This record gives sequence, C-alpha cells and structure tokens, in this order.
Amino acid sequence: MTTSSFVDGSEAIQDSMAKALELSPVESHLHPEGSFDLADHPVPTGLEEIWRFTPLKRLRDLHKDAPLDGDHHTVEVDAAPGVTAVSVPVADSARGVSGYVPVDRVSARAWAAATSVFEVTIPADAEIEQPTTIRLHGAGIEKAGAGHLLVRAGRFSRAVVVVDYDGSATWAENIEVVVEDGAHLTFVTIQDWNDDSVHVVTQHATVGRDAELRHVAVSLGGDVVRASTSADYRGTGGSVEMLGVYFADAGQHIEHRLFADHTAPRTKSNVEYKGALQGQDAHTVWIGNVLIRKEAEGILTYESNDNLVLTDGAKADSVPNLEIETGDIEGAGHASTTGRFDDQHLFYLQSRGIPEEEARRLVVHGFFNDIIRRIGVPALQERLVASIEAELAEHVGRID
Amino acid sequence: MATLEIKDLHVTVTTEEGEKEILKGVDLTVKTGEVHAIMGPNGSGKSTLAYSIAGHPKYNITSGTVTLDGVDILSMSVDERARAGLFLAMQYPVEVPGVSVANFLRTAKTAIDGEAPKLRTWVKDVNAALERVTLDKDFAQRSVNEGFSGGEKKRHEIAQLELLNPKFAVLDETDSGLDIDALRVVSEGVNRYSDQGDRGVLLITHYTRILRYIKPDYVHVFVAGRVADQGGPELADELEANGYDKYVKAAAL
Ligand SMILES: Nc1ncnc2c1ncn2[C@@H]1O[C@H](COP(=O)(O)OP(=O)(O)OP(=O)(O)O)[C@@H](O)[C@H]1O
Ligand SMILES: [Mg+2]
Repeated sequence: MTTSSFVDGSEAIQDSMAKALELSPVESHLHPEGSFDLADHPVPTGLEEIWRFTPLKRLRDLHKDAPLDGDHHTVEVDAAPGVTAVSVPVADSARGVSGYVPVDRVSARAWAAATSVFEVTIPADAEIEQPTTIRLHGAGIEKAGAGHLLVRAGRFSRAVVVVDYDGSATWAENIEVVVEDGAHLTFVTIQDWNDDSVHVVTQHATVGRDAELRHVAVSLGGDVVRASTSADYRGTGGSVEMLGVYFADAGQHIEHRLFADHTAPRTKSNVEYKGALQGQDAHTVWIGNVLIRKEAEGILTYESNDNLVLTDGAKADSVPNLEIETGDIEGAGHASTTGRFDDQHLFYLQSRGIPEEEARRLVVHGFFNDIIRRIGVPALQERLVASIEAELAEHVGRID
Repeated sequence: MATLEIKDLHVTVTTEEGEKEILKGVDLTVKTGEVHAIMGPNGSGKSTLAYSIAGHPKYNITSGTVTLDGVDILSMSVDERARAGLFLAMQYPVEVPGVSVANFLRTAKTAIDGEAPKLRTWVKDVNAALERVTLDKDFAQRSVNEGFSGGEKKRHEIAQLELLNPKFAVLDETDSGLDIDALRVVSEGVNRYSDQGDRGVLLITHYTRILRYIKPDYVHVFVAGRVADQGGPELADELEANGYDKYVKAAAL
C-alpha cells in the first residue's frame, strides 16, 4: 500500500522512518490506496463510501475538472520569532515529506494544480509560545484555486500554528504536517468563511517517536466545508489529539472525516468533536475512522462525537469506525451522540431563576466548553467563545 | 409575611398506558416563619408535589391551584417561579456539563436579584457559602454537579439555598444519601436559612432522622398522592415508632 511508504526528503526524520517502513499490508476500506495520477481517481458519482455524504452539486466542479488556477486570495502571515513561514515553488519545496499520497480526486487535482507550497518550519529544539498565524482571505468564489501547506515541527520543538480562513473562496487544498521525534505541535484551522465559500481540504499528519500533535479544527462558516484529516505514526510513543468544534447554520454542509492510522506500537489517538446545528438543512457529517494495525501493539485510542441539534430541519450524521488487527491493545473505544437540548439541564438552570434563553446559552457554551478549554491557546479560546455567542445570537432566542 | 398555598392539587404524568394520576387532591398551606415536614413512603408522590410546585414540564396539572400571596404560580414559567421566590432543592440534582458552578451561581443570582452581584463581595460570598457546607472552594471551578458525589450534590443545593435566599424552599429528600456529618452540615444550613424568621420551609423526607436536627412546626403524612394526616412534631415520633402502615392500609381501602 502506498500511503504507508514514506517519501524521502527530510534528514531529520530519516532514522525513525526506517522502522516505520516495515508495515504489513492492510486490506481495509479505511485505508484507500492513494495515487498522484489523476486517472486513478475517477469523477465521483456520490455513491462512493467516501463521497456519499457530500453534496457534490455544490462543489463547483472541484471534484470534476474546474480549473484551479484562481488567485483571488491573499495570505497574511504573522510568524512567531524563530519560525519561518514562506511560499516556495513546488520544485524547491519539501512537498510529500509527510508521506501523503492523494486519496481522492479533489486532493489529487489540488496536488497537480498547486504551483507553490507554503512552508512553515519550526526549528529543532525551539520552544515558541507565541502562535504563528497564517490568514488566508478569499476575495471571490468565481475562480477556484488550489493550495498546499506544509508544516514541519523539528525535533523536540514546541509550537502553535494557526491557519485562519475567511472571506469568499472556492478552494481545494492539501495540508501536510510533520511532527518530528519528541516535538509538540498544536495545529489549528479555523473555518470562518463567508456563507458562499466552498472548501475541500485534505490533511495528513505524521507523528514521530514520542511526539505529540494537538490538531484542532474549528468550522463555523462556508457553504460546504469538507475536511479530511489523517494521521499516522513514525515511531513508538507518538500521540495525536484531534479536537473539533463546529456550528452549522441553515443550508450549511460541514463535513469532517478523521482517520487515525495506528502504524506504530504504544501510540495514542484521542479524537473529540462537538457540533451544534441550527436552521433548515444545516447538515454536519462526522466520520471517525481508526485503524489499529498488526504491529501497533499496546495502543490507546478513543474517539467521540457529540451533536447538539438546536432546531428542526437540521441533520447530523455521525459514523465511528474502529478496525482492530492486533489483539494486544491497551484500550480502544468510541462514542457518538446526537440529541436536542436536555430538558433536565434547562429545568435545573431555570429552577434557579435563569430565564430559558439564558439557560440555553449556558448549556450550549457548556457543551462546547469541554473541548474549547483544552485547546491550550487562551486568545483563541476567547475568540471561539465569542464566535459561538455570535452564532447563538442569531437563533437560540427564537427556538421553542 | 408571605403564604404559599396549595389547594386541591391534582397532577398526572404521561405514561405509555395514558395519563396516570399521581397527586389526588393536595391541600397544604405554608407561611413564612414556618417549617413543614412532609413524610411519606416511597412512591407516594412527594417528589411529584415538589416538581409540580417548581414547574417541571413532565407533570400535568389537571386541577387545583398553587398561589404565592394570592398570585397564581402555575401559569408562570419555571424561572419566573424561582424569581417569585420559590426554590427547590432536588432529590437528584442535575449535572450540567461544561457550566462552571461559579458561572452558574452568578447567572442565577443576577437573574433573581435583577442585577449582577458586586464582584468584590460576591466571590467571598460564594467561597463562604461553599465553606459552610464543607465544600472546597475548588468546586466553584467545576462543572455543575458533574462528578459530584451524592452528598456533595446535596450540599451544593444547600449552598445555593443560602446564596439565593428565596422566600420559600422546598427540600426534596435533601437528607437521603448523607452520612451523619453531612446531615449535620446540611441541617445547619437549613436552620440558618429558616432562622432568618421570614422564610418558609417545606421539608420532604422519608426518614425521621433529619428531624433530630431540624425542628418542624408541622408534620404532614403523605400517602397515595394526598395528605393523609397532619399534626405537630409529635406526629413524627409516632411515625418513627409505627411507620406508615396504618396510613397505607387506609389509603388502599
Ligand atoms: N413516567 C411515569 N410513568 C409511570 N409512573 C410514574 C412516572 N413518573 C412517576 N411515576 C410514579 O409516580 C409515583 C410518585 O413518584 P414520586 O417520585 O413523586 O414519589 P416519591 O414519594 O417522591 O418517592 P421516593 O420516596 O421514592 O422519592 C411513583 O409511583 C412513580 O412510579
Ligand atoms: Mg422522591
């Protein structure tokens, strides 16, 4: 299988790579075979397992053949001291260093179309508290564009990288994240798009020995957002936490597809996504795939998705999948809930004099709080609380 | 002086087999300055009475009235009742994930008083209220009731009682599940509250144990959805000695 063979390219990760290469093949629909060749990715019909939840008609032909040469966007970078964040031509870039091979047609098209790679590099041993922020602002949806982002956290570094999307765009994108041995990276994406944006992004992270990735996805805006994120491990002891918060309004489609591929022993994955939905035809999709390979002994994995449906007419799909190929694991579990306001919560708060509308606000904030307080970037946490407040202001007072 | 008056209250719950009547004509009057104990066997409808007064949506009032100083409270929403001066300490306090005790208490206090409490004194007040019921001040940062032990939940209810200081408190089996030390702590809280003189207490309990610490002015025996007997504190002693048997038998006739 190609996605498990890592592409050469970085000196720093070579030694841990050698071990990771000895993976046995897996026959699993969780593990599609990737390819750089567009011919290997026929135009999806919507019946395919990986496409069946996505409203293809609204993708503006990103999944077919829409030209991806649009450049109606601006990128603004606020790099923390010590971090380099620059755009380099594909030929000079380290693209592919994560081992990623495109797993679907949009990703393969974005790969082929990208002319440059935005590279964010955190030097080895650097401990950088200040977040590095990349703002991608879309200035129009008419012409579709493609992007490639590569984030590399050097050995034993600690850093925070935030990618902030806003404005209007039709955007196909690949993101690679490499967390080298012993490094600790917090990587955050914030989908704060206008209501007319379409964003299909595929992310792949590879995590070194004893390294930690905290991956945070916040999805608030956009007409269609489809974010597929996979992670695998290059050595024992790696840990991945995937936290997600999303809020879908009327007509919005927000889809998160997560895949934790346990390719090494004693690794951890913890996936927790929470979403709220309000308004007619608000639709969210959460797919949580976990594969525990034969060599991944002693691993620990947990994934959960909770949806709070605030109004009629909204729909949340939630599908956890766990595939285990070794008998020797420390723990594996998943949970998925989709529900409305809990009457008991509201009753308790109201019985203390808190008006119903205020009680609903408290419950929704409380619902998200569990995740938000674990992001670990205070300024971002405050911003998120405010964003949720703004989303709620649109609606919550008006539901019965 | 204020009066909470319950007249001929009939309440049903919706079951798979249809409406089931739980309260079958309850009459009860509580004035501020008084402590009333309601005692009755399991399933007699004590919690139903408490929830109906508070306005829980599960219970349907089919007839009767509940008034506070002559004002109908049954037409009020749950939060309006609380702001009118009613408080229910629940038999099973609800866990509200992600909402901190501090935030919850401040929001409730603001709603009840109609203005935000003074920041400087409020934190002290909260800490003191928690301390009086022997809850560590760390509890203020935890989610409401989440992961609290049974006894901690009950003590948290009493801390709220003291902070919100309503006109009338309905305490639904606040004594159950408490060890002897916690029982004393909780009872002292209730006594501090009622000793203000102008507060009314409706103390629902299954056991007479708590009446060693809280002295009721009136005792009502609650059986099969109505008040079967009432009297002074001596009635509790009689129940202690003879149990509910004779009332249960009479109600079954
Ligand atoms: N949804 C329901 N369907 C059927 N019966 C119900 C329902 N809800 C409550 N009841 C019944 O109503 C009766 C009164 O319940 P309630 O909780 O008020 O009793 P209680 O006196 O508080 O009992 P305890 O001492 O155990 O707290 C019980 O018999 C209970 O089973
Ligand atoms: Mg009860």
